[in-house]
Amino acid sequence: MLAYIIRRLIYAIPILIGVNLLTFTLFFVVNSPDDMAVSQLGDKYVTPEAIQKWKVKNGYDKPLFINDEAEGLGAVTETIFFNKSVRLFAFDFGRSESGRDITTDVSTRMWPSLAVALPTFAVGIWVNICVALMVVMFHGTRLDRWAVFVFVALMSISYLFYIIGGQYLVAKTWKLVPVSGFHSEGQIWRFLILPVLVGVVAGIGSGARWYRTLFLEEANQDYVRTARAKGASEISILFRHILPNALIPILTGVVVLIPALFMGSLLIESFFGIPGLGSYMLDAIKSQDFAIVRTMVFIGSILYIIGLILTDISYTWADPRVRLN
Amino acid sequence: MKPVLLWSDALIFMLVIALVIFFYKLREDPQTRERWGQVFSSRLGMIAFTIIITYVGVALLDSLHFRRALENPEGLQTEEVFYDNKVTSVLDVMLDGMGDRFERTYSAPFALKSFEKQNMKDEQGNSIRDFPQLKHAGTHLADPSERGADLLAKSLVALLWGVLIAAIVIAPQWLLLRNSYNPWHASWGVQLVVICFFTWLVSISHHYHVLGTDKGGADVAYQSIKGIRTGVLLGTLSTLVMLPIAVSLGVMAGYFKGWVDDVVQYLYTTLSSIPGILLIAASVLLFQVYIDLNPDFFSIGMEKADAKFIALCFILGVTSWSTLCRLIRAETLKISQLGYVQAAHAFGVSHFRILSRHILPNVVHIILITFVLDFSALVLAEAVLSYIGVGIDPSMGSWGNMINGARSELSREPAVWWTLTGAFFFMFILVLAANLFSDLVRDAFDPRTINRRADS
Repeated sequence: MLAYIIRRLIYAIPILIGVNLLTFTLFFVVNSPDDMAVSQLGDKYVTPEAIQKWKVKNGYDKPLFINDEAEGLGAVTETIFFNKSVRLFAFDFGRSESGRDITTDVSTRMWPSLAVALPTFAVGIWVNICVALMVVMFHGTRLDRWAVFVFVALMSISYLFYIIGGQYLVAKTWKLVPVSGFHSEGQIWRFLILPVLVGVVAGIGSGARWYRTLFLEEANQDYVRTARAKGASEISILFRHILPNALIPILTGVVVLIPALFMGSLLIESFFGIPGLGSYMLDAIKSQDFAIVRTMVFIGSILYIIGLILTDISYTWADPRVRLN
Repeated sequence: MKPVLLWSDALIFMLVIALVIFFYKLREDPQTRERWGQVFSSRLGMIAFTIIITYVGVALLDSLHFRRALENPEGLQTEEVFYDNKVTSVLDVMLDGMGDRFERTYSAPFALKSFEKQNMKDEQGNSIRDFPQLKHAGTHLADPSERGADLLAKSLVALLWGVLIAAIVIAPQWLLLRNSYNPWHASWGVQLVVICFFTWLVSISHHYHVLGTDKGGADVAYQSIKGIRTGVLLGTLSTLVMLPIAVSLGVMAGYFKGWVDDVVQYLYTTLSSIPGILLIAASVLLFQVYIDLNPDFFSIGMEKADAKFIALCFILGVTSWSTLCRLIRAETLKISQLGYVQAAHAFGVSHFRILSRHILPNVVHIILITFVLDFSALVLAEAVLSYIGVGIDPSMGSWGNMINGARSELSREPAVWWTLTGAFFFMFILVLAANLFSDLVRDAFDPRTINRRADS
């Protein structure tokens, strides 16, 4: 098991280098250090000296990939790519273009993201599975067909409308909770209820439909017919036979998402004014702060890879037949 | 009049022609015909398909652009003809000036007066603060209280016209297809509703703003309809960009195995490990910077917006091929182990021929399912991207931009709800139809569901 995990982690290194290389090239193909200096300094104060000064100060005065002037290993290390991107591997995120320390920002903003994402995730799965199980019980009836139609209709509504509608109904018309905001002392749950609710409701359509297909796939297997022939009740078939067997496909889709919960949800956080990583990314995109975008891409891909490894490990737990090697 | 061919116009017409040829070719295969027959044998499939075709038709009409010739100013006699800077489409002409009726600012649906108070002079010349009359709504009414009766009368006339036009459209179809096994009557019902709706909308819009006006005073119903082209084009063009990459890489990885497989797997793992929205946002920002640095590339504003739009389609396509690629690779791995491929090898058939004759036709169902599934996802993604600020150029109508412009308006007192409603309605119908249709297509073409049906 340990050997397997270590091997997977080693495989991750070329992928992370690729991710870095990609984001780096994407950025510098179009936006040279000079352009960055101009956009950061503002149009008024652009002189060649000022640009040079900005580049030296922010570490953009070196060649992009290969430094011909430096000796030996310096040809690779004395470059912008090495300084800006490879340092990410040591989790040294440096400073954003506006001068803030990214590591501190990330570690403080992580918690509000989790506070919203974790309940949304857990409650969402629970609700979706319950709804799906109920629909599966009525499989083949008119209720089932209508339920599927409702799921598709729910899926067809843009996420933005769930948020806007939720804010309008729950917070503005019924005045049950504040519209947005996030205070860390005291009644933090008042600010969390609505985002979690919106997140869960928005996910029901696609989630419940997906679980329904998984359960139905199991319901057509021979062992279910055998159990039914032996006189097992429908409830016990559902919970004792179908649910455990559907666990593998469920885990495939779900475990990958767990590490990514740290990243929060871009839209929910920005609409509800939650100071998490999602809104951090959004602000970075809007202010074109590449240092932050680069860091978040890096963190995001690490979490994705961790998610893949966790998925494989969870198989061994769900299905004793699976061996990792 | 001078026709304008935007890049996206050319692409969408090429795409439609390609799709028609593709489906015509598919007809030759009896199995495929049977599966399509299954899709169209349900009323739901007919209804969804008719709605999608309507949207595509509107998008195509909106893609025939031209610039109006300007009349020479009086006294000026030149042979040279000047053209309007504004690009008009055939759809604009059909909507009969719906987009040209601007107000000052917000107004509610069917309202006669503006939504905001304004300083005005009354007949005696005193300064008063009141809701001003709208310029293009209810000006023919002598008394505001007649509005209800007037609306009813005008709606009835419009609906009568609608039924007449619908009869002309549906009658030939009925003559041709009345003995068909497929439930065409469902499609005709939708056609009737759609035609009546549009006739009503166009004729009522002459006298009222059916969905009110937005902050800039533009007609919301008009904007919602203009959003159709953006949504449909984005959904199809992005998939079109994605397909060749995903299919060629996936088939090659599954067929050649070895280092080709390793490289392709590395590529798509790398790509899918980057949070999608960040990758898209970063790419769009870069293109934005590029346009800002080279402002002389485009002669009119519309072309610039169009270039940004195509870039967005490319970016969405290039960043989203990994899922399809993975599916096709797995399927190809399976197929290339089958007897007929092995036999072809043994006969010394070339790789290219095996790929094109034996493998590609057998992964077509995956491509088809992905195409219809991705369409609705892309339409929804457009709204989110526009909200984040990396979507469609604001000068080009899109549902995302409408939502983005109106999201804070619900907190007004009284709430401005009509912009959101307009965008929501048109977007929801399209996505719902596409989702329902894709379900049917998947049921008909996915071997797993086919097997399941055979078992039970």
